[in-house]
Amino acid sequence: MAKSDKPIVWSLFAAGGTLAALLAPVLALLLLLAALGRPPALFAYATMHAFASHWLAGLALFVVIALFLWHAAHRLRITLHDLGLRRDREVSVLLYLAAAGGSLYAIFVLLRFWSH
Amino acid sequence: MSRRPFVRPVSTTRWYFRHPRYLRYMSREITCIFIGALAVLMLVALDRLSRGPAAWQAFIDALQTAYAAPFLLLILLFAVHNASSWFNVTPKAMPVQIGERFLPGSVMIAAHYVLWALVSLAVLWFAGVH
Amino acid sequence: MTERIVELDVLRYDPEQHSEPHFQRYSVACQEEWVVLDALTAIKESIDPTLNFRWSCHMAVCGSCGMMIDGEPKLSCHAFLRDYPGVIRVEPLANFPIERDLVTVADDFFDKLSRVRPWLVEKQQQTLPGGEYPQTPAQLMKYRQFSMCINCMLCYAACPEIALQPQFIGPAAITLAHRFNLDSRDDGREARQQVIASHEGVWDCSFVGACSEVCPKAVDPAGALQQVKVASTIDWFREHLLPGAGK
Repeated sequence: MAKSDKPIVWSLFAAGGTLAALLAPVLALLLLLAALGRPPALFAYATMHAFASHWLAGLALFVVIALFLWHAAHRLRITLHDLGLRRDREVSVLLYLAAAGGSLYAIFVLLRFWSH
Repeated sequence: MSRRPFVRPVSTTRWYFRHPRYLRYMSREITCIFIGALAVLMLVALDRLSRGPAAWQAFIDALQTAYAAPFLLLILLFAVHNASSWFNVTPKAMPVQIGERFLPGSVMIAAHYVLWALVSLAVLWFAGVH
Repeated sequence: MTERIVELDVLRYDPEQHSEPHFQRYSVACQEEWVVLDALTAIKESIDPTLNFRWSCHMAVCGSCGMMIDGEPKLSCHAFLRDYPGVIRVEPLANFPIERDLVTVADDFFDKLSRVRPWLVEKQQQTLPGGEYPQTPAQLMKYRQFSMCINCMLCYAACPEIALQPQFIGPAAITLAHRFNLDSRDDGREARQQVIASHEGVWDCSFVGACSEVCPKAVDPAGALQQVKVASTIDWFREHLLPGAGK
């Protein structure tokens, strides 16, 4: 019986879960405030753009987006299995590819700020 | 005497309705959909931001349409549910032994909540929300 | 001592007579301080001697009398009649095949227990003149909670992953492996990891936590399994990032 390779995706899931637990509520709140017509001061174009252009903020944004995506992908894989969908190989490949794709796209978008 | 063990069938699609604790588990698990949605939303926001002030303003305007606020409220509620359930179980995975005793789980959970409050307040302050 | 007529719906199954299980209703006079096991014993003694069920100590230490009581895995010696005002539904432990009436086939469980090598693997060969294994109270406390398991199988009945993935080694077996891994006298972790860090091992666990909720001995198998996941993950990174360091 070989040892599983699940640890790698599980550690991404655990890291993403911890980050999501700490940050997702307040980030959702910021967007909700904007939706209710009271966007926080940070959301003014000039401020937001300056923020995203800073390399540290860019790195932080990438880590948050990527880990949230990986956390969601792994947990959704387990949940779909729990809901009776028995095609774990196809589901996991699809979900992890989506998370990887989203993470790569995040890098791509954030690099746009760097070139300005 | 003949043996004929009977295997009781279990529904693979509806087993979680058999007990409230399974429904509670499912409610925790589906928070991931909303975490994923939040990540996608943030990605879209950054994409629009990178395309200039008009695109960014269009994104903010889209946030203020009828469906966005309830959806964001849902994301917020599930994010909070994820956070509280996550903090309640983390101490089990990382027991801290001091001599012959263990740090009580309640202490570790409380520390997580304090950290959560500090991080949230820091982000709110940084974002200019008073 | 007041008496009460208690009604129980018990799942019966006789492989020689029935093609599938069916419920049978019993009405039995019970003392108010009795447990479900007492009611079953009264039924067997005075109403229906063909009723089959396992039991032994009658004090929640042997782990023999596990069954589903109103849909919840419980030790029947630990389920007080005063907590069940209506008709009590009694069924054999979930996720196990039924042998007869309330008796389940537990072979799979014991097979899984033995697969994790639940014994001390010595660091060096100890001889009798060499003396005892010294162990401090702190070293004992490290694994003591996980040694409290009475093998009652309630956690296997509660775990939905056992129901959905029968090959899952399961909470009690992995907790037992963890108990030995944490024991300062033991050196068998590497061999156990081959079993519990595999696909049928801890990675089939999705941390539902039902096992810990039903455990009558507060062993917290869910906590043990998460600790095994953390330890296995650290192992994995060490083996893959520092080749040769694990050996």
